[in-house]
Amino acid sequence: MPKQSPIPDQMTKPFWDACNEGRLVMQACKACDYIQYPPETECFECKSSEHLEWREMSGRGKIRTYGVVHDCPVKTLQVDQPFNVALIALEEDPEIVLYSHLPGIPADEVPVGANVKVIFQETPATGQKVPEWQLAD
Amino acid sequence: MTTGPTQKAPQSMYRDYEGLGVWEHRGKVAAVGIGHSPTSRRWDGTAENSVGANTILAIQKAMEDAGVSPDQVDGLVLDADTTTGAHWQKGDPIPMDVVNSFNPSDDPLDGIAKLSAEWVIKNVPGLTNIKFTAYANHSCMSDCVVVAAQAVGDGLCNNCLVVKGWHNLAGRYYQGGAAAEDTLSGRGQFNLWGAPASYGTASQFAEYCIKYGKNHDMMAPFVVNSKKNGLLFPEGFFAQHRPDVITVEDYISARWIAKPANLFDNDIPIMASAAYLFTTAERAKDMKQKPVYILNHTRTWPRIRGVAPTLDDIESAGDMMGRQLYEGAGITASDVSFENMYDGFTLFHLFHLEGLRYRGVQRGEGLDFFQGDISISGPNPVSPSGGNTGSGRTRFWMHTDSIQQLQGRAGARAVTGIRPEIAISGGTMPQNVEATVWSTTPD
Repeated sequence: MPKQSPIPDQMTKPFWDACNEGRLVMQACKACDYIQYPPETECFECKSSEHLEWREMSGRGKIRTYGVVHDCPVKTLQVDQPFNVALIALEEDPEIVLYSHLPGIPADEVPVGANVKVIFQETPATGQKVPEWQLAD
Repeated sequence: MTTGPTQKAPQSMYRDYEGLGVWEHRGKVAAVGIGHSPTSRRWDGTAENSVGANTILAIQKAMEDAGVSPDQVDGLVLDADTTTGAHWQKGDPIPMDVVNSFNPSDDPLDGIAKLSAEWVIKNVPGLTNIKFTAYANHSCMSDCVVVAAQAVGDGLCNNCLVVKGWHNLAGRYYQGGAAAEDTLSGRGQFNLWGAPASYGTASQFAEYCIKYGKNHDMMAPFVVNSKKNGLLFPEGFFAQHRPDVITVEDYISARWIAKPANLFDNDIPIMASAAYLFTTAERAKDMKQKPVYILNHTRTWPRIRGVAPTLDDIESAGDMMGRQLYEGAGITASDVSFENMYDGFTLFHLFHLEGLRYRGVQRGEGLDFFQGDISISGPNPVSPSGGNTGSGRTRFWMHTDSIQQLQGRAGARAVTGIRPEIAISGGTMPQNVEATVWSTTPD
């Protein structure tokens, strides 16, 4: 599906650069071990900004829930309606959820609770890769 | 007069965590006046139908309703953001005839696509003694209500206008702008999956149905009831423009927007303004209308860790809201006569109601509760205002209704199966909500 391309900024560039290298990274705090997503300028837990680092994740997760989008505001995606938008709970910290279109899974046939693994898809406008998730073997 | 531009209310005005005890101004602030503009679907391009004109009218009605003259008003709390989701497109010509039919501020879009305190003061005749102004931090009358309650309680002002206006321009809701671009920046760079506004609530509701073994059809009685209540709200959009009854079958067969949220689970953006007049309990005794006392106000905005709140986040936030409200008001759930929580997607009204433990309803029991008598004539009225579902997207019907019910001025919408003594209203979503406890008595 032709997603819009994200335009990285100074704070988010390491995340998007890692996607282009096929790696899923999350911002983590070396002081309190808190993981956060999307990135912030400081650790939400201990408010430290100097201890934030980028930590590589396993790229595994579970489908937590989903909805089926029939009336999408984003022009580039309307041609693919209806489509799934799932929330993926990250293996390292299931409270952190990421969106997915679940490529390969038909609309409204989503196996909630199933294991998934990250892949990276190129977006048309700039070529920036973004994380997506598909069923794990 | 105030000096300098109006600022957003400081965080210190919000009661935003548990353990604060009973509100220090419990029962010492009262709502005494209500004013509404007419509603319309969209701005027609005229000065008379603009958000500015609507707001002037609502303010004048609120003052008249309370029996307060403009020069007696010394406080103004409002939301400067008036958009329903459509923004003035860069480069679109500004209608200077409309701008110049008012007393303009420095921004020509003031009164058309935004609303500053300065514009309001310039354009409502007689507002010559305003000494306190503040903007809400959250685009909602619920936020204005809590800030104004605290301001009057703290003595920052004595007669405070509480104001919310909406403009609705041509075009589809949230379409155009960034949604029409090939790229996204800012916070949008992590929201590339095309989820419409109701998606978050829909995905939480889907999770809820799996967790508790429920289904979307079980929402039908709530929506039918809310639509029915809305038709009894003469100030509302549907009562004024589209008095159509919605049946269970209509609801169940409606098209999906983001399944499991359908067309009727999404509210309709409209133009309308409302104003309330708050004053001290002492002054309220001598005013035209029966005072409705504020027992507590709260803000509940817990941190959400991922890109979207999950059901766990929502349930935890709603429970926190309920505890905060009851603690600060010095009451329990069993003291509540009726609830009027926000519904501007219908599905999260369920989460709000359970968070309040309204009528003892626990997590997972709300949809079963909806299958019973939730009408205004029964013992368990749910959303007697009809909310956004019943009257259009303004996020203020629930407050107006709560005040009117407790004043005995709700007309055909009056709750008759219970004695209206204590009401709770608030919004918006469970993870970012300001709420208020209203009472017929100060103690």
